[in-house]
Amino acid sequence: MAQKNYSGVNISVDEEGYMTDSSQWTKEIAKEMAKEEGLNLTEEHIKLLEFIREKVLSGSALTIRAIGKSGFTDIKGFYQLFPGAPLKKATKYAGVSKPSTCV
Amino acid sequence: MSEENKYPLKKVVIICAKGSIEDVYATLVMANGAVMEGIETKVFFTFFGLDAITKKKMLKLHTATVGNPAMTMPGGIPFPTLLGAIPGVEAGVSAMMKKQMEALDIPPVDEFLEMITAGGGELYACKLAVDMFKLKKEDLFDDVKDIITVGEFYELVGGQQTQIIFT
Repeated sequence: MAQKNYSGVNISVDEEGYMTDSSQWTKEIAKEMAKEEGLNLTEEHIKLLEFIREKVLSGSALTIRAIGKSGFTDIKGFYQLFPGAPLKKATKYAGVSKPSTCV
Repeated sequence: MSEENKYPLKKVVIICAKGSIEDVYATLVMANGAVMEGIETKVFFTFFGLDAITKKKMLKLHTATVGNPAMTMPGGIPFPTLLGAIPGVEAGVSAMMKKQMEALDIPPVDEFLEMITAGGGELYACKLAVDMFKLKKEDLFDDVKDIITVGEFYELVGGQQTQIIFT
């Protein structure tokens, strides 16, 4: 397991960069993590990341459909907020494990 | 880095030629999955696959209860073909399948298509099949980008790191 330093805090990540201890997450870590991959997080991003954390940490399966119904953004908006592979990126910046759903 | 990681898939073109629930959903799940991975995705609907993008039919897809050897009753007991032939059984089984999919957060066909196009995926209808079933553009789901010929379909498939999937 690798260690990475974000905003002065040492956190443990897996080989793909996902945090292995969700409790270490802060907004600052999320912002630095995203910046490293060329994305500047706004308050809108952060709100969605907090929704994802709440959803995943309560044990429910996270789907792209659930995000579309979150009230924070629709699916089109989600793809615009996190271009490329939105669910993979968003879960990474939210400090939770890589999504295990197919939808 | 391994060989396959050096050439990640850039584009996928999926052909949907059948209209049963399982055939259509195989296409939709594969297409949406590709969009979610950031892969350029195009879906081509032809023959009975057109039902999936025909407004009047897309929410009324069925699964075959006759001539379907994989079909079992709850509990794994084989499903007798004669039972499947009774009016209403196919509709009941189809409704049950849709209910189970909903429980897994798999959306209805129209919403699934919207998810695919929201992520930048494109939907196309086969011209020959559209003519054969006497359909018009307005009979098709609004998000369908175009009705195209086989030749135009092959133009879509060009480029490196592209795959065609036939479901």
